[in-house]
Amino acid sequence: MATAHHADHPTGFSRWLFTTNHKDIGTLYLVFAFIMAVVGGLMSLVIRAELWQPGLQMVDPHFFNQMTTVHALVMIFGFAMPGFVGLANWQIPMMIGAPDMALPRMNNWSFWILPFAAILLILGLFMPGGGPAAGWTLYPPLSAQGGIGTDFTLLSIHLLGMSSILGSINIIATILNMRAPGMTLMKMPMFVWTWLITAFLLIAAMPVLAGAVTMLITDRHFGTSFFDAAGGGDPVLWQHVFWFFGHPEVYILVLPAFGVFSQIIPTFARKTLFGYDSMVYATASIAFLSFIVWAHHMYTVGMPMAGELFFMYATMLIAVPTGVKVFNWISTMWRGSMTFETPMLWAIGGVFTFTIGGLSGLMLAITPVDFQYHDTYFVVAHFHYVIFGASVFGLFAAVYYWIPKWTGHMYNETLGKWHFWLTMIGFTITFFPQHFLGLAGMPRRIPDYALQFTEFNQWSTVGAFMTIAAQFLFFYLAIRCMKGGSKATDKVWEGTDGLEWTLSSPPPYHSFTVAPKVK
Amino acid sequence: MFMTFVKRLPGNVSRLILGLSLWLTVPAAFAEYGLNFQKPVTSIGHKLLELHNMILIICVVIFVIVFGFMFYSIFAHRKSRGHKAAQFHENTTLEVVWTVIPFVILVSMALPSTATLLEMDDTSKSDLTVKITGYQWKWKYDYPDQDIGYFSSLTTPPEQVGSPRFSKEGFKPGADKNKEYLLEVDNPMVLPIGKKVRFLVTANDVIHAWWVPQLGVKKDAIPGFINEMWTRIDEPGLYRGQCAELCGKDHGYMPIVVNAVSPEDFTKWVAMQKDKAAAESAGGARTWSKDELMEKGKKVYASSCAACHGANGEGMGPFPKMTGSTIANGPLADHMNIVMNGKAGTAMQAFAAQLSDTDIAAVVTFERNGFGNKAGDVVQPSQVKALRK
Repeated sequence: MATAHHADHPTGFSRWLFTTNHKDIGTLYLVFAFIMAVVGGLMSLVIRAELWQPGLQMVDPHFFNQMTTVHALVMIFGFAMPGFVGLANWQIPMMIGAPDMALPRMNNWSFWILPFAAILLILGLFMPGGGPAAGWTLYPPLSAQGGIGTDFTLLSIHLLGMSSILGSINIIATILNMRAPGMTLMKMPMFVWTWLITAFLLIAAMPVLAGAVTMLITDRHFGTSFFDAAGGGDPVLWQHVFWFFGHPEVYILVLPAFGVFSQIIPTFARKTLFGYDSMVYATASIAFLSFIVWAHHMYTVGMPMAGELFFMYATMLIAVPTGVKVFNWISTMWRGSMTFETPMLWAIGGVFTFTIGGLSGLMLAITPVDFQYHDTYFVVAHFHYVIFGASVFGLFAAVYYWIPKWTGHMYNETLGKWHFWLTMIGFTITFFPQHFLGLAGMPRRIPDYALQFTEFNQWSTVGAFMTIAAQFLFFYLAIRCMKGGSKATDKVWEGTDGLEWTLSSPPPYHSFTVAPKVK
Repeated sequence: MFMTFVKRLPGNVSRLILGLSLWLTVPAAFAEYGLNFQKPVTSIGHKLLELHNMILIICVVIFVIVFGFMFYSIFAHRKSRGHKAAQFHENTTLEVVWTVIPFVILVSMALPSTATLLEMDDTSKSDLTVKITGYQWKWKYDYPDQDIGYFSSLTTPPEQVGSPRFSKEGFKPGADKNKEYLLEVDNPMVLPIGKKVRFLVTANDVIHAWWVPQLGVKKDAIPGFINEMWTRIDEPGLYRGQCAELCGKDHGYMPIVVNAVSPEDFTKWVAMQKDKAAAESAGGARTWSKDELMEKGKKVYASSCAACHGANGEGMGPFPKMTGSTIANGPLADHMNIVMNGKAGTAMQAFAAQLSDTDIAAVVTFERNGFGNKAGDVVQPSQVKALRK
């Protein structure tokens, strides 16, 4: 019976619609993430084109606000999160020696919620009065003023959250129950570890966001006043609840990228990871701390002194485990025998940009000076250094690292290097000057600015167009790699170590139907 | 030699090179190049700049050391140079060291930060209180002890902003811009130098944030809640800032200007403001002609209504247009009600609290007779007064 079922391979559209195969679903997630990255990237170009010079040239301020809002939502919920879930789907079963995810039908469902959620989110822009324009943080009372587009967004966030929670349950069930005999928790690859911790973060954080969003919906339509001072509510309550989700969310985006770096750097340094145990503990500490630092996003709301101090100290503490991770990566490279294929470039680039973002994060943690940085371009520079610099670089690193395994073909190394360097340089031109803009006093989320900010904004705009243009190279490279190219070996890279590299390239549709033994 | 060469490069390039070299040498010289904080004019502002420079330098040093190791390794430990991998891992001593050292550095940053924070929090013993209220999209400044209150809004003419390509009016490039483009207001906040000023910060509609970088103060203005902060300005001058919390469509167009003057000039200014208020209330008692109301109404419309409803009443996105509006052409009572009490759940504010009787009478008259509307009514200030409860 089972064999008969497994032999059934629908083709065409129904293969993708009904699939319960982790590899197919992983591919769906990755393709979806890429499409959303294009959509979000084009929105960022609208923003940057408007900011090319002072005055209004491209779009009116209301539409500009919709672009900043939807760009962020699309990139976070549509690109970065599904991208990493795609990697988890492809890699976790192959890395722990499991035949598939623990809950394959739910896996199908958690993916197929996403396209509908995304359509709802984008459709909001075409509603009367436009889409959400209150920033991705959706602070009331401003978000209470939005039209029906805002309701589309709120429902879309509910759906995206459901998808993430289902995906996380699946990942936890898979990792805890389906490891090959002999693979104890402390023998798991770092990517699996970081995803296990990330999945717990998601399960703890997403329902909190769902609660906040529900309260906002009832405030908007059912006469409650959770966030309306005139009805006895408190607008700042939203911020507390939102950031209780929002700060762990930052680590949800970045921890799997840390896992990717921890796989790639040992491979190309031809050494084992310097401190495996301390990396696991550091990841867990970061995850724990992420739940007790949320109010550092809100230093200017007027908290009591005890709160300001507690959140400052707790936030600064995150620098310790984060430092442990960076030092570990560098010690792994130290006295290795390094080569610099494209995945290694992305990983080193990611560690580099992430560390800059981490250091500016430390500056932002310090309450008194944050009063000057808060809501300026310094913050915009900071979070792009961590989210683009770590998460997106991590995604690209992972795709280059594993795409030969997935497709059975090597990608074009020259094109890959061009893609990396153009992105790295474009990224730096875009976001490095934004530090200066913020320090000099340019607030974020403005469509027009005072004359002294012109030059650095022009750098930023040039960099943004360059960065987005470079992604077409990646698209071309990925398609070419899927269609053909030189044959990849099973091991793919000289320094690889792990169960996925014992499979053929590409792996069979159903891999590890017999569990491997791990020594 | 190097500097002269760099200065001859195109503006952007030379500034960046000079800026980067300055980052590592003379922190005080940053301001000139717009790479660091604007020049502070309060003791707190100076402390923040020092704290910021200290933290920044520590971060740069850490960065250089950590990546010094990495780049040395990238250079020396590569396979192409024949380097063989040394298989070492796990070293407890090293791991304890790189946990403890960052911790010590953090403590050294936290101590001065805590001291500054405590000082910023102490609003006691102030000489003057100013209440700041954020509105979409302007500020109101009240001096409760002096019994003065007024609005402060942007004066940059819309022609300088221009009209974007993707808008109903089509593309109109912005005209030549003033030096203080988007940072200029009709009525700045006037403060005496050398006095401790306590600010009470709140908002009328959505959350705003009042920020003047050179004073080193920023606080959210939250409807229904009052935040406190203080400043003491050392030198006279005009200090400019902007709303820092996204507050809707014209978030980028609600600047702040503080005019710091000597205590004597401040006293004179207070007296002048009182005379102005007296003249204003006298205007509310008499009967106005339609032409007078239309003329005044046009001005009020431009400063209070045009941001949403369009300079020519054309509306924008969710904001209804004036021309042919059912409200402006419908019963007067409904029109007065929406202007005075606003519309819940939208950006339409209750202007009863913001505008004088004369202003409301004038603007309603203007809306009912301008933009091709033909309601024909004339509203007198006394009618508005009667509607106020």
